[in-house]
Amino acid sequence: MQNLVNTAVIDAAYFVAGILFVFSLVGLSKQESAEHGVWYGLIGMCIALITTIMLPSVTNIQAIIIAMVVGGVIGVRLALKVEMTQMPELVAMLHSFVGLAAVAVGYNSFLEHDDITGVMLNIHLVEVFLGVFIGAVTFTGSVVAFGKLRGFINSKSLMLPHRHKMNLVAGLFCFGLMIYFVNVEGNIAALIVMTTVALIFGWHLVASIGGADMPVVVSMLNSYSGWAAAAAGFLLGNDLLIITGALVGSSGAILSYIMCRAMNRSFISVIAGGFGTHVSINSDQDYGEYVETNAEEVADMLRNAKSVIITPGYGMAVAQAQYPVNEITRKLRGMGIEVRFGIHPVAGRLPGHMNVLLAEAKVPYDIVLEMDEINQDFSETDVVLVIGANDTVNPSAEDDPDSPIAGMPVLEVWNARQVIAFKRSMNPGYAGVQNPLFFKENTSMLFGDAKDSVENIAKAI
Amino acid sequence: MEQIGIVKESIPGEKRVAATPESLSQLLKLNFSVVVEKDAGVEASFSDSLYEEAGAKVVSCEAAWLSDIVFKVNPPSPSEINKLKSGATLIGFFWPAQNEELMQELAKKKINVIAMDTVPRISRAQSMDALSSMANIAGYRAIVEASHRFGRFFTGQITAAGKIPPAKVMIIGAGVAGLAALGTAGSLGAIVRAFDTRPEVKEQIESMGAEFLELDFEEEAGSGDGYAKVMSKAFIAAEMALFAEQAKDVDIIVTTAMIPGKPAPRLITEKMVLSMKPGSVIVDLAAAGGGNCELTQVDSLVKFAGVTIIGYSDMPSRLPTQASQLYANNINNLMKLLCPEKDARLLLNFDDEIIRNVTLVKQGTVTWPPPPVKVSASPVLPVEQKVEKDTAKPEKSNTSLKPFILLSGCLLFGWLSMIAPAEFMRHFSVFILSCIIGYYVVWNVSHSLHTPLMSVTNAISGIIVVGALLQISSPNYLVRWISIFAVTIAFINVTGGFLVTKRMLKMFRKEK
Repeated sequence: MQNLVNTAVIDAAYFVAGILFVFSLVGLSKQESAEHGVWYGLIGMCIALITTIMLPSVTNIQAIIIAMVVGGVIGVRLALKVEMTQMPELVAMLHSFVGLAAVAVGYNSFLEHDDITGVMLNIHLVEVFLGVFIGAVTFTGSVVAFGKLRGFINSKSLMLPHRHKMNLVAGLFCFGLMIYFVNVEGNIAALIVMTTVALIFGWHLVASIGGADMPVVVSMLNSYSGWAAAAAGFLLGNDLLIITGALVGSSGAILSYIMCRAMNRSFISVIAGGFGTHVSINSDQDYGEYVETNAEEVADMLRNAKSVIITPGYGMAVAQAQYPVNEITRKLRGMGIEVRFGIHPVAGRLPGHMNVLLAEAKVPYDIVLEMDEINQDFSETDVVLVIGANDTVNPSAEDDPDSPIAGMPVLEVWNARQVIAFKRSMNPGYAGVQNPLFFKENTSMLFGDAKDSVENIAKAI
Repeated sequence: MEQIGIVKESIPGEKRVAATPESLSQLLKLNFSVVVEKDAGVEASFSDSLYEEAGAKVVSCEAAWLSDIVFKVNPPSPSEINKLKSGATLIGFFWPAQNEELMQELAKKKINVIAMDTVPRISRAQSMDALSSMANIAGYRAIVEASHRFGRFFTGQITAAGKIPPAKVMIIGAGVAGLAALGTAGSLGAIVRAFDTRPEVKEQIESMGAEFLELDFEEEAGSGDGYAKVMSKAFIAAEMALFAEQAKDVDIIVTTAMIPGKPAPRLITEKMVLSMKPGSVIVDLAAAGGGNCELTQVDSLVKFAGVTIIGYSDMPSRLPTQASQLYANNINNLMKLLCPEKDARLLLNFDDEIIRNVTLVKQGTVTWPPPPVKVSASPVLPVEQKVEKDTAKPEKSNTSLKPFILLSGCLLFGWLSMIAPAEFMRHFSVFILSCIIGYYVVWNVSHSLHTPLMSVTNAISGIIVVGALLQISSPNYLVRWISIFAVTIAFINVTGGFLVTKRMLKMFRKEK
């Protein structure tokens, strides 16, 4: 009887935790309620943990506490010292942990499971196999993503010959192994072989995706980490893990879809890797002359403008220019000039990355707008500052059907009266495409480090 | 059949004419016959032969004045009234408030008077609103006159030889003339600011690309008839302070402040003029009403401490061809209303609001002023229009495929339920439901919060720690150590994810 009550209470507690996680995501739909969302998630997590630890079957409390303290301290340190520009790396690293934990849970439940036979055993073995597979792919994929974002792995896409065939072979091989694994009712060697293949597969999968596609990769890995948790839930028959995993999995999947749509590319082609692999880039084309300007002139234009839009890109994050950008914004707004930000969905290396950076620099979020919200306003704008963005403001996406980025929705900055492009040099952006914007009559180039340039402008205003 | 006479204006310098060769055809369609005084349109570049070609007869001055209906621009002089025959109808500008005697005299001669300057400001009458037509031209011309006297560019440029700053223009009074002036100045490239006592015109000013100068002062200024009214003392003090401040900054001031039937308000004092930069220009479009600037002299140009003050009251006449064309069209549109049967006979139907308003004298009685008409829309508080964000894109998926996918999903689910054990099915249902919830919830997450969304999902996917916890008490040492390892790394996720999300969200903030 005691046992029965306990089960009901535990189920209820897990259910409440699941509901709280849903509320947590609901809270994130608006800035105003986002903080509440985090609290919901936190409370849900505490309920889940306390319930689990209180289970009579869970002993070994000291080990649990030590593990939690160690993990907790590492987590706190990471969270407190991370720079906002490094958020993508942190997120990628955290994904790898979930993947690794999923692998561990999978192995454990293979090594030790209740006495089951028949269909139940088959299902259990399939679950183990899938859980470990997803976990392993997530793990190495995230590690590679982390390395690429950190810069110790070349961010260029890795182009092995027959890479698509290799991926296909790896998939088929694992599927075959799974059938064998189920037929022999579990075999540790098969599991280890599969894990190795999955680890390599995950590595190769992300290594062959170029740096510009990083937002898609990170959100895709986010999705995988969710599915890995869900698989672990099936393994253990734990609804909370299933609910949470499904939530996280669909969240990551939707983010990937949004990112892909923002680049007008199909999910498959991003995953298959390689930007512009089959499109020849005509680099000899004569784009005309570009005009150079200096900080004083830009400051002058800004002062005489009525409305200004700033379109930041990853370059702003690299140069850490968000603080002086906010200073300009503040000064101009103080003079009664309308200043807004136009954010392309794939700007940065993480969905919403630019928003976080600008928020860090204390730019009020109500002047930071999405591409769709601001695109029609460029024609009524006096000055646009393009800071460290390139492909997201490239008019050839609209004009040139042969361009590798043709059809990708872009910020139509060239409709403004005057465009200032901040760049280090005339080198093309990530997609390797020259940007005709820089040669337009109403565009002036401001060369140099974005942070220095923006600081000089701020001084001159 | 009644005859219309187009007469030549007698005021020196007036170049407009009340009908153009083009506009004649419409009058002929109403079956009137038309005579034109010799040389009536010469100053507006319409020769007699053009009128003749259009179907009018060119006649002597006296003959034209003896017509049944006489079209004019300016009010008639006493000698002109004598030329009119009794019972005739006179159409033109009259300024009845200033010309009461004239009206009495016309009434005595039993002359019907129809005034183009008393057309009510209602939408139906817009096509007859000659005042607006003229004001539009005056506003344009004011900028042309100003730029003529102003020694600099209007537009700013950065040239190889150096920088040219744009001119700053302040427009006072954003009526038709003011809006035309600010549009013209803006299209020349100047920075334009405009002030008006009526807050409801702010939107119009901004729509023309100019800045609306606002007063820190609350007062209802719309008088309900589309014109401005006299303001309170405190309000005037506040606006004078604003003008004094602006005068130091701007290069060109165009004033258009007029209140019907009253002398023009004095807005630009001598002191403000002195504070302006040498070379600045003031164009006073209210010169005829006494001027908005203290130093304005009607119909002349004065220089004061390097500032040019233009007080021409004949701005429309300085663009005579177009002014005549628009004025003639206004009269034609009124004629269509006055002669609904097209039988060349005027019908002064006082039930019609417009006709009631324009008729000053009817069959020997003065019928001015007409009963008041309420026209101008009172300022409506701007309704906060929250644009529903189109985040719900799921319907984008191919609708024709949807039922098919749903059906096959159901079939698959049914097949699974037959072969799989109940326990598995329970978990599987939970899984599917959670996916659906996740799908709809995540679409609502605003784009700017995608990074916090990722870190929060990161944190909650650390829930895998629960799985590891369940395995930690295993008797198997290997399993136990693997579990401890899994708990540790999963917990990095939980704490790291939540903390970094909180850190990020703290940064998101609205305006201080």
